[in-house]
Amino acid sequence: MAAAPSPADVAAPGSFTTIIGLEVHVQLQTATKLFCGCPTTFGAPPNTQVCPTCLGLPGSLPVMNRHAFDLAVRAALALDCTIAPFTKWDRKNYFYPDLPKGYQISQFDLPFSSDGFLEVVDPKGAFSRRVGIIRVHLEEDAGKSMHDEAAGTADSRIDLNRAGTPLCEIVTQPDLRSPQEARAWLNELKLLLVYLGVSDCNMQEGSLRVDANVNLHIPRPDGSVAKTPIVEIKNMNSFRSVERALAYEAARQWEEWQATGRELGSAPKQTRGWDDPAGVTRGQRHKEESSDYRYFPEPDLVPVRVSADDLARARAAMGVPPAGLRRMLAERWGISAYDADVLVNQGRELVAYFEELAGLVGEGKVASNWMQQDVLRTLNERGGTIDAFPVRPAALADIIGRIAAGDFDTSRGREIFAEVLASGRTVADVVASLGIAAVDDDALDALCRELVAANPKIVADVQGGKEQAAAGLIGQAKKKNPNVNPGKVRAKCLEIIRGL
Amino acid sequence: MSSASPSLSRQDVAKVALLSRLALSERELDHLTGELSKIVGFVSQLADVDTSAVEPLAHPLDAQNVFRDDVVTPSLARESVLRSAPRHDGESFLVPAVLGETGAA
Repeated sequence: MAAAPSPADVAAPGSFTTIIGLEVHVQLQTATKLFCGCPTTFGAPPNTQVCPTCLGLPGSLPVMNRHAFDLAVRAALALDCTIAPFTKWDRKNYFYPDLPKGYQISQFDLPFSSDGFLEVVDPKGAFSRRVGIIRVHLEEDAGKSMHDEAAGTADSRIDLNRAGTPLCEIVTQPDLRSPQEARAWLNELKLLLVYLGVSDCNMQEGSLRVDANVNLHIPRPDGSVAKTPIVEIKNMNSFRSVERALAYEAARQWEEWQATGRELGSAPKQTRGWDDPAGVTRGQRHKEESSDYRYFPEPDLVPVRVSADDLARARAAMGVPPAGLRRMLAERWGISAYDADVLVNQGRELVAYFEELAGLVGEGKVASNWMQQDVLRTLNERGGTIDAFPVRPAALADIIGRIAAGDFDTSRGREIFAEVLASGRTVADVVASLGIAAVDDDALDALCRELVAANPKIVADVQGGKEQAAAGLIGQAKKKNPNVNPGKVRAKCLEIIRGL
Repeated sequence: MSSASPSLSRQDVAKVALLSRLALSERELDHLTGELSKIVGFVSQLADVDTSAVEPLAHPLDAQNVFRDDVVTPSLARESVLRSAPRHDGESFLVPAVLGETGAA
């Protein structure tokens, strides 16, 4: 690596600023495709979810899926985009075996939305970035082509199950300034879209795909800025890959610029593919005139007008976005921005669990600590969803309440939590079976008198004004009876000593 | 393009042929350059009409907001899907090797 990319907008002399824009495709969470009633279920056997429309057979006609359009509008609204009152679709013409019609139905000059933004704030304060959205449009996906090189065949296999699946394309301004920011922003975008129910954003299943445009701004001694040629990176299969590919590409461009001095405009935009195992980007063959898509209006679809009522309905269906939820949790429950971030990033269901717990406990900070230290940790170890988590908020609130009441201490509480989790029994049941029945007052009184009698040195210290010496009695009490409450032992012992 | 000088070069036609995946012979290229130039000329006459006060037409039909509900309808049986394909393996269409990425651009 040459110089580390600067997180600042203006690079210091001898270094550079990395300029990054992203193009994200997300598959919308619909039951059917964009223009026909074929299902969009992932993983079905090849070519079993196709019909004349998505096969592009002559005579078939597309009809727009209302839910897909509504989800796309919801996403655009959440990205603070302006929704166009009038929108239409266009044909993007190119030949590829996974595109049976010979064109993709997309949007060219009148996308349904434009000009929004999504902000990402690092919870530890490392950066905060408002990223402009140039446009969001609605289009159909292509099919899948598979080439099995190991089999040594000369053929590619085409599966058209995915052809016609609804996609939102989200194009950002080149507002990101480091690979870390790009990754964090993608996480925020994914969280938002999952919260909205727009997409499951599963990268493994191709529900979210990212291409990145990157170049460097390099300040010269005379105050001008050199800009390296823009490279589009493709083939990144995880947000981690995006971060790595951008870091690699920034370093590669820096070295290339030092060697050649080549600047933006001296060469056409280059496309490079990310090779994840090798950790490098590689130049892809330049397809001659491949960008000449000869868009023209799609004659088979009529335009869509969006009314104020439509927008009001879409807004009502949105719910609170993650950024708003973080603020709301911090205000309502008095937890830190960092804690709110951790909870919100786990999804809407976990936030609902937390709010129910915090409401029952009546104290946000304690509930948040239990969520992070116990619930989340266990959930990560076990896997599964919070909705299927065996310890429900009421049971956890019961444990926390008993700790607060002095029935037992926090470490005992954790044991009970683990036992409720493992056995699925009630808290009361577990408390009884572990012999954690609260020590009754007579037994406590007897135990404390015994300890006071056996420890004249501690008694003398306490009488001499060193109340903290009573801690020694608590330790001994716990050895004799693990169920005693430390606070109660302390209070009782001090009471006995004072009465001597 | 103004109607005064509708012209299409041989190069233009060669490029359009490439984009359309048409392999044209030299003779066809010459012939089509003339023919397509004429077509462009015909269409260019529209440029003589003053359309400054006319709103662009997105669709010839006076219809909008035609939607269907997000309800699954039966797909085709795979045998019938593949039946007309020049080559298939019973599951997928077979085509000459495609290298590089797939998916919507």
